[in-house]
Amino acid sequence: MDFQLTDEQRALQETARKYAREVIRPKAAYYDETAQFPLDLIEKGFELGLLNLAVPAEYGGLGLSHLDGVIATEELAWGCAGVATSMIANDLALLPILIGGTDEQKRRFVTPFTKELKFASFGLTEPGAGSDVAGMSTTLRREGDHYVLNGQKQFITNGEHASQYTVFATTDRSKRHKGITCVVIEGRPKGMTVGKHENKMGQRASNTVTLTFEDVRVPVENRIGEEGEGFRIAMETLDNSRPLTAIVATGIARAAMEHAIDYAKQRQQFGRPIAEFQGIQFMLADMGMQIQAARLLTYQSAWMLDQGQKNTLVSSYAKSFAADMAMKVTTDAVQVFGGYGYMKEYPVEKLMRDAKLIQIYEGTSQVQRIVIARELLR
Amino acid sequence: MKILVTAKRVEDPESKIKVKPDGTGIVQEGLKYKINPFDEIAVEEGLRLVAKHGGEVVVVSIGGKEVHEQLRHALAMGAHKAVWVNHTGPLDQMGVAGLLQKVVEKEKPDLVILGKQSIDDDQNQVGQYLAEWLGWGQATFASKAESFDSENEKNKVPALVVGADNKTVRVVREVDGGLATVECQLPAVVTTDLRLNQPRYASLPGIMKAKSKPIEELIPAGLGVDVTPKLTVTKMSAPPARKAGIKVPDVATLVEKLKTEAKVI
Ligand SMILES: Cc1cc2nc3c(=O)[nH]c(=O)nc-3n(C[C@H](O)[C@H](O)[C@H](O)COP(=O)(O)OP(=O)(O)OC[C@H]3O[C@@H](n4cnc5c(N)ncnc54)[C@H](O)[C@@H]3O)c2cc1C
Repeated sequence: MDFQLTDEQRALQETARKYAREVIRPKAAYYDETAQFPLDLIEKGFELGLLNLAVPAEYGGLGLSHLDGVIATEELAWGCAGVATSMIANDLALLPILIGGTDEQKRRFVTPFTKELKFASFGLTEPGAGSDVAGMSTTLRREGDHYVLNGQKQFITNGEHASQYTVFATTDRSKRHKGITCVVIEGRPKGMTVGKHENKMGQRASNTVTLTFEDVRVPVENRIGEEGEGFRIAMETLDNSRPLTAIVATGIARAAMEHAIDYAKQRQQFGRPIAEFQGIQFMLADMGMQIQAARLLTYQSAWMLDQGQKNTLVSSYAKSFAADMAMKVTTDAVQVFGGYGYMKEYPVEKLMRDAKLIQIYEGTSQVQRIVIARELLR
Repeated sequence: MKILVTAKRVEDPESKIKVKPDGTGIVQEGLKYKINPFDEIAVEEGLRLVAKHGGEVVVVSIGGKEVHEQLRHALAMGAHKAVWVNHTGPLDQMGVAGLLQKVVEKEKPDLVILGKQSIDDDQNQVGQYLAEWLGWGQATFASKAESFDSENEKNKVPALVVGADNKTVRVVREVDGGLATVECQLPAVVTTDLRLNQPRYASLPGIMKAKSKPIEELIPAGLGVDVTPKLTVTKMSAPPARKAGIKVPDVATLVEKLKTEAKVI
């Protein structure tokens, strides 16, 4: 066992950190307030190779390990979680293709993303089917050499800016998860509409919309895997992406802790810095230990993927632990700031709002515990 | 053209530097290290020149195995190959210049670009010694005039321009109260000031490519250089701690204090 990062890992961490510090941070508050899409920041990130981290070298990517991706993503989230979410959304949308697609499909649907900046979205959630993925009602009906897609997808990250969508729908509702099939939608075909950008509590720089499909024709060659394989592909995708979500939580928490430490050293009450009060020190100590624990758990869940091991259990540990941890750490950071922490002029209330989302998306904290319990009780 | 640039490993300017209680040096535990910011500017300028004129950038660093981190950084920015002078132990600026002289004689670059100084001991001497010992022309403190983002600056010619015949380099230098433009015959030594350029990031593709770029190892003995320092640091001390400010009740007291205590008015 080795806890040392390699030279390359330290180098890419340094680049991501510098980018987060110099490019993301100065505009994080602006994009949080306006909820505009941070295209200029993402363009610069793309130039530096900080997008599509999951793409293997044979399909034009950098061939990074999962751990490499996690190390870089912590820095992005430290800069701004909303920007980070929008930056890793391509990975979430391309992973099903990398997992279940043919070589030809990977070249057609994945490689172009490494050549120019484009966005892809992952469409699983529906208005009536969130945690209960198998309850989805968006349908795919085969008609000769194409499918006809009908239904609605909810809370789709980057949907407004995407030019490709990985969508899950059912070919037979009565079969529940065994009827789910994955298809790739290119561009905005006839019958597809994109809803308005949702007004969110946090991570406001990331774009979130509904997608509506009315008799949208999808060529059969755009089906990823076989009919009925979609559920497995989606679950495997989430095994791959949970370490990324967990590290986003870790990055947010680290930012909150740093702000809390700086503030505690400088804020004077009762004639001395509040950092000298044990009540404050214990909050800071808890932050430090929890962040470190979340990071190590996340590293392990990514490392397991790199070793070709199934990481469902550990990645669910990581995702739920890190999400709950980030909520606690950011709430305490606001506490350390007192009344100032509650004000938008100070950076920590944003972190608290940003952290909340990690307990919800890509499987809520409750759903993670369902997965964990199922694995433990097996 | 072939350009040799330097990449010294220095303490990260953002880390907190503490002097050891006995004054023999600084506390190294927990410190982070970086490429000397002036050297990073030198690497960037070298890359810009070869992008325009063709050729290659060779980066050199002196130190133990740990300087590979700085060499890899320069390679990730785009330098073509690296030379590592493997030496641990104390080294003064003449030792450094002596080693660089041998590297220059071996590599035969058309231009050497170095940081004007390294931010750890701030000597500002190596470039000058090197040029003198090589018998080459030198232009120190290469700089641009304005903020990098201003329209005025963008339209301006770069501070380092190689002549059409590849025989000269024209350098804008920062001097007290203004700028001076000098022209040097090539080969020459140029040292960089802070306002010469904004170094690019080491991109992720750059970092991956750097893995397979060569690092050649040399040792001082092999270069025939005696690096016994002629200069030793006898004591280091921290600057006096700043005293806390005071609040004065009114303007009259302020004026009084400025007169009698601060003696500035
Ligand atoms: C900003 C944002 C971006 C998103 N991006 C995407 C995206 O790009 N693509 C995509 O497909 N989806 C996306 N989502 C959707 C997200 O994954 C879902 O919101 C999430 O899975 C929860 O589904 P739901 O909102 O329908 O909540 P519900 O499933 O209705 O859950 C409501 C509550 O009930 C709990 N609950 C549900 N079932 C159980 C159970 N069996 N036992 C105990 N408790 C339970 C939940 O934990 C939760 O607390 C995004 C969501 C948000 C908010």
